Formats: sequence, structure tokens, C-alpha cells
Amino acid sequence: MRGYGRELTVVALLALLLIGMATAAPNFFEPQPLLSRLTAAAPKLVVACAVSLVIITRQIDISVGSLFAVCSVVAGIVASAHGTLPSAMVAAVLVGTLGGAINGVLVAVFRLPSIVVTLATMVTWREGLRLYQQGVFLNLPENWQWFGLSMHVGQATLCGVGLLILVFLAGGLRHLAGGRYLYAVGSDSSAARLAGISPPAVTFWTFTLAGALVGWAAVMSVVQSPQVDPGTGKMLELEVIAAAVVGGITITGGRGSLWGMFAGFLLLTFMGPSLTYLGVKPYWDKAFQGGVILLSVVAERLHRRQSD
Amino acid sequence: MVPLLQLTDIAKSFGAVQALRGVSFDLRGGEVHALLGENGAGKSTLIKVVTGAHRPDSGTIEIIGQARANLTTQEARRLGIACVYQQPALFPDLTVAENIALRLEPTGAIRRVRWTRRRTQADEWLKRLGADISARALVRNLSMPEQQLVEMACAIGANARIVIMDEPTASLTQQEQQRLFEVVRRLRQDGVGIIYISHRMEEVFALADRVTVLRDGESVATLRLDEVTEASLVRLMVGREVDWIFPPREARVGEVVLSARGLSCHDGAIRDVDFDLRAGEILGLAGLVGAGRTELARVLFGITPADQGEIRLYGQSIRIASPTEAVAHGIGYVTEDRRRHGVHLEMSVANNITLASHTRLFPRGWLRREVEQVVAAEFIETLDIKTDGADGLAGALSGGNQQKVALARWLATRPKVLILDEPTQGVDVGAKSEIHRIIRNLAKSGLGILMISSDLPEILGMSDRIGVMRSGTIVATLPGGVDSAEVMSAALGTMSEGQAA
Repeated sequence: MRGYGRELTVVALLALLLIGMATAAPNFFEPQPLLSRLTAAAPKLVVACAVSLVIITRQIDISVGSLFAVCSVVAGIVASAHGTLPSAMVAAVLVGTLGGAINGVLVAVFRLPSIVVTLATMVTWREGLRLYQQGVFLNLPENWQWFGLSMHVGQATLCGVGLLILVFLAGGLRHLAGGRYLYAVGSDSSAARLAGISPPAVTFWTFTLAGALVGWAAVMSVVQSPQVDPGTGKMLELEVIAAAVVGGITITGGRGSLWGMFAGFLLLTFMGPSLTYLGVKPYWDKAFQGGVILLSVVAERLHRRQSD
Repeated sequence: MVPLLQLTDIAKSFGAVQALRGVSFDLRGGEVHALLGENGAGKSTLIKVVTGAHRPDSGTIEIIGQARANLTTQEARRLGIACVYQQPALFPDLTVAENIALRLEPTGAIRRVRWTRRRTQADEWLKRLGADISARALVRNLSMPEQQLVEMACAIGANARIVIMDEPTASLTQQEQQRLFEVVRRLRQDGVGIIYISHRMEEVFALADRVTVLRDGESVATLRLDEVTEASLVRLMVGREVDWIFPPREARVGEVVLSARGLSCHDGAIRDVDFDLRAGEILGLAGLVGAGRTELARVLFGITPADQGEIRLYGQSIRIASPTEAVAHGIGYVTEDRRRHGVHLEMSVANNITLASHTRLFPRGWLRREVEQVVAAEFIETLDIKTDGADGLAGALSGGNQQKVALARWLATRPKVLILDEPTQGVDVGAKSEIHRIIRNLAKSGLGILMISSDLPEILGMSDRIGVMRSGTIVATLPGGVDSAEVMSAALGTMSEGQAA
């Protein structure tokens, strides 16, 4: 946990990108498109936090994208039935928590591999949703968008909320005993067990918390548009895992911080639009993203070899 | 007659540890040659030299009259050396025939394997061993002795002239043992030379023609079986002076802290274990590898809870169903496999030290860095942990210092009982005496310490009392400072039980 060398590399890369943009395409930093872009990314950031926590415990959750869609639709349905924002929020978070807890029970109690469990829940939620909703968009009440605030205030609020969650979780990881347990279980679960920690309990609660965060992220996303797309959140799991990996959260668990993930997240978020500004065809976006991921894994390996 | 195998003055060291310091050994065709020695006497290393897994630093290996300076595992196999391990090294999800073929086929991924032939051969070899195993059976479904027979079939199939058997009977029943002996005798009749490693004296006397005793990496004697008695062999095995200065014992021993009555596990790893551990006392647990010492520690720490019997803490009956409960009861466990279970290599020294005592240090669940640093600094100083600061990674420390971190983790919990499993294994000499001093001081401060060690001088020099384990139970409790031969006899089972009590 010590040594921020790995994270600093990402931050340096991010700074390089931003400086490059400042000189090559200064209009990239105009407030309005920038704020909109960040707002669109805010729910993803929360999901990325959720997945990062799971990865730190040496597990993986690829069902977050599907769960995100389910929670969005649930928020939409509750909205059309009740019409009140708080009830929709509570419903989405509850469903998310439940989804996470299901993963948690299967992984922690039944000791199934998390990649298989969350692959199964990923497909189940997604297909179940398709069957139920048949791809129909849900209309939301008029005064819902931006929590009924003006667009600018709403956007700023969402960005603020996303950041706040990041700050709280990063602080919790660092300052709570429970946060330390995530690292202990992730870096060596049998040693953690011998230290009196219960790895299954840690794993279960991490998945559950991740689910709750995904539910809340869905709320943050739903309020951004007048409709809910039941197909939302596709490939989300891959984007957020990429952010975590680029940000120095090792896929083998026990290492990395949410701040590093944040740097990786911003890097990947800004890269696509930057390329557009620089006149690169958008088709290349994914290829570049893949390149950055590979690069970061290589950097990780080199870094590790050095420290070993 | 040219011996099948002739080792002369073999030496091998690993870092600072001199595992073999001049071993000579010879094996003739048609004999069973037993290899005896305490834990750590160098038997395994010697075997690995013969199978080509380790290259000796000096000395010569001659196989059927030919010097082999750079013996590799492939070459050893080609020359007809086969090894049957205590834990067969087979692939559980392949069939018997497939496993045998994998051993015997020359390498090369795109060679064609003639499976029908392999299967008939496998069946034939198994039959020669008198084994009722189908070549099509999955190894997963075979019992341990059956798997050993498969290993033997591999040896026959490879036309092995030299067969090494490493504690082959450790997990066998009496009846299975007898069958194995028959197989061994049959091999001997065919002119095969067998190196037979066992801790069980009665087997050595039943089977072997000659015996070589290893001690501290040296071959101390090679004798015909009719020249020796059990007692003389034990003397040869332990016959060394304690050349280590241990911290003096303290006479003050307090009330009974932890006691066990009739502890047993269904799998027989431990059975009917009784002991009392007092405050301020070091109770040493001696015994051979596999005698159940670590298993007992795992029971006491709740990793594999006992199925029967009672554990009492200060006279009160308690249940320890998980490590979490053990920690809550004030029991600490410094494990044998420190690198895997004792410390978190990727976490800092400070984080490692406080990891088991969060509830004590941070009752509200809020980590207070200044508290953590103070606690870490205190242990770094008192235990003299050599690290570049409390925030240094534990993985960067030397073995001895990692062991101290593991110790500090448990001391930080303020335990009442500390279980130490091989506390100085893989630790260099300087750190070793330091750890001894620390352990003694801990006992002096009133802890009850249960110390498992395969290092006989360590057990003798450190323990106030010595519990000797054999086959999962404590067969004798001896006072500290007894003769090493006495401990060995109890561990080997050459002493009558009445004498032991």
C-alpha cells in the first residue's frame, strides 16, 4: 500500500494529456462541454469505485453493467407508479444492494469463483430485463431531470456527488479497520484468516456495498435524461475494470488505491474526446484505450519486478 | 560387483544453510538400503541429488560405474532412477494409463502416443505388482496406497534399477503396508536396488538389508542390519552435543492457562490429546514430521476445530470454532509457513503488526495512524526488527525479520497463549538466538507458550517441559533438559509406553 510510484505514473500521463490538449486544442477546456462530459461520467465513476473495492479483495464483478440497467429501470418504474424522487432512489439502491448481496452470498458462502458467478448474474439480469421490458423506454416525470434543478446546477450537483462518494470511499479504505481488511483479504486471504479476520464476511460485504453503489449510480444516471433506456450500461463493466487496472489497482488484489483509479478513470474518460478534438477518427478511440490498458499492465509488471 | 549407485562426499548448501556436508552412500542391486535421520538431517536433499533435482556443490555421483557430474532429472530417469513419494505426484484428472504414459513417453508435444499399447502395458505392470487397479481408472478415484502402486508401476515401466521410496507407509494401514512390503521384496528379487526412507524402526528392521544414518548433513554410519539394534540406531541419529547456548530458564511457572482433554479429530490427524500449559511456561512439542504437531496447533487455533474433547482456558471450557474466536480468547498463532500465512508481504510493517489487534487498538473501527505508528515503533525497537521504517513493506525484510513481524502481530494482541510453529525455521543463526531470547522473555512476562519445533536442540534447550507427539497424540511428557535420545526414542516409538508416561 506504500509507494505511490504506480499512481504517479498515471497522474503524470493524465497531466501530459491535459497539457497537450491545452496547447493543441484549448477549446477542449470550455466549461460547458467539459461539465457535460464530466456529468455523464459521474455515474460511471461511482461504479468504478464499486468494482475497485471488489478487485482489491481479489474478486471481480462483471455484473455491474447489467445491475446498473436493472436499477435504472426499477427507478423508472417506481417513478411512474409513485412519482416521487426519493422513493425511486430508495428502490434503485435497494435493488442494487440485493443484486450485490446475491453475488456476495454465491462467492463468499458457496465459495464459487466470482468470475463465473458474476458472469451468470450479468447474463441473468440483462436477459431478464430484456424479457420484462422488451426494450421499451420508460418516460420519467417532467420535473425529474436534474433533480428538478436547472441544468447547470444539476450537473454540478451530480459531479459533486460523484466526487463526494469517491472521497468517502477512499477515506474509508484508508482510515477504517474494515478498509484495511479489504487489502488484507485481497493480498493473502489465508493469512488474513489466521489474523482473525473473516474473509467470507469481508467478501460478502464488499459485494453488497458494490451493489448498493451501482444502484445509486443508476439514480445518478437516470436523472440526466427524460427517459430510461433499458439497454443502458452495456460494456460498463469493462470500462470500469479498465479504469481500475489503468489506475494501478492490480487485478490480483491487495494493491492500489481509489485515487489511482480516479486518475486512470479520468485518463480514459478524456482520451476519447481528446482524440476527436485532435481530428482522429472516433473509430480509433477503442484501439487507443486498449493500448493504454496494455501499457499500464506492462508498467505494473515492470514496477513490480523492480520492487521485488 | 559394481554398485548401482555410489555417492562420495556429496555436499550441498542453500545460501547459508549447509544441507549436506559430505555424504557417502552406496546401493547394490537386489538390496533394500534404509536411510535414517532426524528431520532436517538431509535425507530429502540427498534424494533430490540422486534424482537430479539438485546439483551437488561437490562430491561425485556414479551410476553403475559411470561418473555423472551433471545429472539432470531427465538423465536420472533415463538411467533408471525412480522415486515413489509419500504424496504421489500424479495428475488426479487423468487415467492411470495416461499418468504412466506421461512419465514414460519421450518429450515432444506432437509425438503420437499409442494408447492401446500403453493401456495394456499399464495393466500388465499393475498386475505384476499384484494391484487390482484398472488402467482406465481416474487417479482421483484411487486411494493413497493405490496411487503409490501406480507410482511403482511407473518405476517398473521405466525399467528402474534404482527405486527411492520416501516414507511410503506414512498413510497406509497395516494391511496395505504388508502388501507394499511384498512388492518391495519382489522388486528386490528382480535385482532392483531400493533406497528406503522411513521413520518407523519396525519397518526398517523388517525390510532393510543395510542402513545408513544421516545426521546434520553427514553420513555417520552405514551398517548391516544384523549389526545394529534400535537403541544403537537412535544413538547414531541424535548423537550430538547441544552446541547452542540457550537463554536460562525461569523457574517461576504460574497457574494453568490452557489445557486440553481428549482432543480428537475424525480424520485421525490428532487423537486423544491431553496437556496443560501454565503461565510463564514454554511447552515444547517434539515429534517427527507428520506426528500431528501442526495439526494440534490448527485445532487449538480453530482452523480445523476438534470433533471431540475439551479445551479449557483458565479452567473454563471454551469452544474455538474459528481463528476469529481464538484471537478473541487471547490465543495467538505464529505459523510454520510464514511467507504464506504469517505476514502480508504486500502490506507495510506497521499494518502487519496491528492487523490482528484492530479491536483492541481501534475500538471504534477508525484507524488512528499515530496509535499504529507508536505500536509499530515499540515492537520494531523491542524485537529489533530491521526495516527501513514502520511503513516499509514486510515483503522486503529478511526471513528472521519477517518472523519477528509475525511475532509482533500476535504480541500486539496481548495474548495469553502463544503457539509458535517452527519459530526459527529458515532463519539465520544470529536471528535465531535473538528469537530464542525473545521467546524466553515472553514466557517470563507470563505468557503460556506452546512451541513446535523439529529442531531437537531447540526443543531441549528452550522448553520447560517437552510433549512428544507420535501418530497424532502426545505419547510422553518429559522435563526440559532431558537427553535427546530420550525424546527421539519417544518420537520414534522405540520406548515402551509405560516408561513414557
